[in-house]
Amino acid sequence: MACHLLAANRTLGRFSRLIFSTATAAIFAISLCGCKSETTKSDASGGGAGGEIVLGHYASMTGGEATFGRSTDNGIRLAIDEINAAGGINGKQVRIITYDDKGEKAEAGTAVTRLVTKDNVIAVLGEVASGLSLVAAPICQEYGVPMVSPSSTNPEVTEKGDMIFRVCFIDPFQAYACAKFAREHEGLKAKKAAVLFDQTSPYAVGLKDEFSKSFKRQGGEVIASEAYQKGDPDFSAQLTSIRASEPDVVFIPGYYTDVGNIAIQARRLGIKVPLLGGDGWDSEKLGEIAGDSINGCFYSNHYAPEGPDPHVQEFLKKYKARYSGTPDCLAGLGYDSAKIVCDAIGKASSSKGADVAAQLSKVKDFEGVTGKISIDANRNAVKPAVILEMKNGKPTYVTTIQPE
Amino acid sequence: MANLVQTLMTTLAFGSLYALIALGYTMVYGTLKFINFAHSDIVVLGAWTSFTLATWILPWVGINPRAQGDLIPPIWVAAVILTLAMAFCGLVGFLIERFAYRPLRKAPRLNVLITAIGVSLLLQNLGQLDVTIRDLPLIGRYLDGFLAMIPGVRMLCDQHFGFGAIPQKMPYLLPQWDLFTISLPSAGGHTDVSLTLVDALIIGASAVLMIALQFLVFRTKIGSAMRAVSYDFDAAALMGIPVDRVVSFTFVFGSVLAAAAGFLYSLKYPGLNQTAFPTWVLLGLKAFVAAVIGGIGNIRGAVLGGFVIAFVEQVGAFYLGADYRDVYVFALLIAILLVRPSGLLGSNMREKV
Repeated sequence: MACHLLAANRTLGRFSRLIFSTATAAIFAISLCGCKSETTKSDASGGGAGGEIVLGHYASMTGGEATFGRSTDNGIRLAIDEINAAGGINGKQVRIITYDDKGEKAEAGTAVTRLVTKDNVIAVLGEVASGLSLVAAPICQEYGVPMVSPSSTNPEVTEKGDMIFRVCFIDPFQAYACAKFAREHEGLKAKKAAVLFDQTSPYAVGLKDEFSKSFKRQGGEVIASEAYQKGDPDFSAQLTSIRASEPDVVFIPGYYTDVGNIAIQARRLGIKVPLLGGDGWDSEKLGEIAGDSINGCFYSNHYAPEGPDPHVQEFLKKYKARYSGTPDCLAGLGYDSAKIVCDAIGKASSSKGADVAAQLSKVKDFEGVTGKISIDANRNAVKPAVILEMKNGKPTYVTTIQPE
Repeated sequence: MANLVQTLMTTLAFGSLYALIALGYTMVYGTLKFINFAHSDIVVLGAWTSFTLATWILPWVGINPRAQGDLIPPIWVAAVILTLAMAFCGLVGFLIERFAYRPLRKAPRLNVLITAIGVSLLLQNLGQLDVTIRDLPLIGRYLDGFLAMIPGVRMLCDQHFGFGAIPQKMPYLLPQWDLFTISLPSAGGHTDVSLTLVDALIIGASAVLMIALQFLVFRTKIGSAMRAVSYDFDAAALMGIPVDRVVSFTFVFGSVLAAAAGFLYSLKYPGLNQTAFPTWVLLGLKAFVAAVIGGIGNIRGAVLGGFVIAFVEQVGAFYLGADYRDVYVFALLIAILLVRPSGLLGSNMREKV
């Protein structure tokens, strides 16, 4: 019996080896074909006469920050469809390719490499999370493809090279806005702040450092600084420390899913002071996850949906007609970034990366949904920040803070 | 003082969860001598099944699960959800063993280990699907049309059979009560420390389940069979013990405990984040560490290990800083493996050559 089994095993081994080698050969052949078809396709899509203009977008369509990617993609597609309906760019239709990066660094790298090497896109849009933009920026820079981040606020993103732009403000300013609000807002006037930040996220670490500096410069004191890891379920150790230090405000520069969990646990541990955060809070999921726990907390953001600005109101109407729900700031920034990129491609003398980038660096007083956008010498946008307060699970406008 | 008590209370609740999960690892290792890497995915499956069931059942009692407010469903809802989640995960555990591991029982240990990783990845990625009956391949449209004609089951067509890949909010199934609150002296005066109903339930339910397991293994016939299989697989088979059935039972029971852990987890941490790395991997990994520290294959060791891990993690995070909370756990693992490789309660077994 045993002998019989052994023999069967050996034949199986030979058989599976055969399958394996056939499969390897097949994969190799397919990949060769794949390369060939890609090159022919790239000739058509690279901007030749009568072709279309292809833009790439990498975003977290799934994962812990899924609403970031989805909102941004909604905004971008709204903008592109409007441009196409109005005749496209110099008669060419615009097509957008979106790849999901699941909110993970490795996936973001793969997605962007595929966009610039296989799909030969003219420009890349994305990401929301600075940590992912920092992965993608060197790739775009290396291949000479302009990248416009709609909403990465970490200053390092655009320092990666002259091909990298953004249409939002940067963290030193956002931190200044938060610190100024915490110090001066009637009913808050915080003297002592505690900080709880996601140590795995460059966005959160950068924002925390800048906030601590700015808050001290404005006469406040940071009395506790605790770290967590994205996706941690339990924050009671950190929150118990923070509670013991008795702060006037807790600054949490993280993303909405974690912030929702933190808010629930903070209230349960008896921390009653307001929580304060950055634009990473901006998602309808925040109110859904945290419920009552998040009411009375504040965060800084790029625009307020209920603002009286006619641009905002028009965008709101168009967005609601097409998708359900109120657009968050990421939808607005996605919309603006797509409009700016298409505008620059239209003005550029060729579809080469350097020419498009040259046009992008000249953007001045562009009337966007999220305010007037001018790109400065460091390829960042200079814009005011708004502070929103969570009331009944919905963000409501409180005040606007102008750049220093 | 207040902070210490608070930390210890978190330790107790978290330790119970770790212990429940660690039991599944240790039971499978005890019988089959391999690590079931898909076990942590069963825990997450338990949490998400509870969530899905809650979104189906709550509308029946007049509560909108997405905008719940202060409404709390009657207590039987939680009991029904827990039972169904346990049954479902038990079935999944059975199927995994039957179709992924049993065909490989005679294969080298490494093959089974890699299969376990494959099953784990499969569950993780299946969990990200978000489908209704309509989305099924081939038959979906016809089945949907057929069901839509029957009045009673029409609602099934709009149900989602999957969890999706975006964070969700587990509706509250229990009132958010504090069972008791004590005021303890702390640095700046007095601080209130309270035990919530959810924490008490976690500790209580885990204790009941662990005692049940203890009874099952040491006082029943199937328990003797499990121990016999664990002691010597082939000899047990020769003695007329139906080893396949015993192994299936082990998997089902381990998965049921995992489902209970997942359910309790979703009550305590209602923001469910399906794709987050620490949820998927670290929770299971730390429970596995708990099983190893306690002595893998030893049931009491797994429980002890769960509480030791939770204690090191929580006390370390509070007194030494939360930045390195995982480091404390894994440093302890290394220390234990160096000093007592068989674990705290593990017996020294000589490898048969």
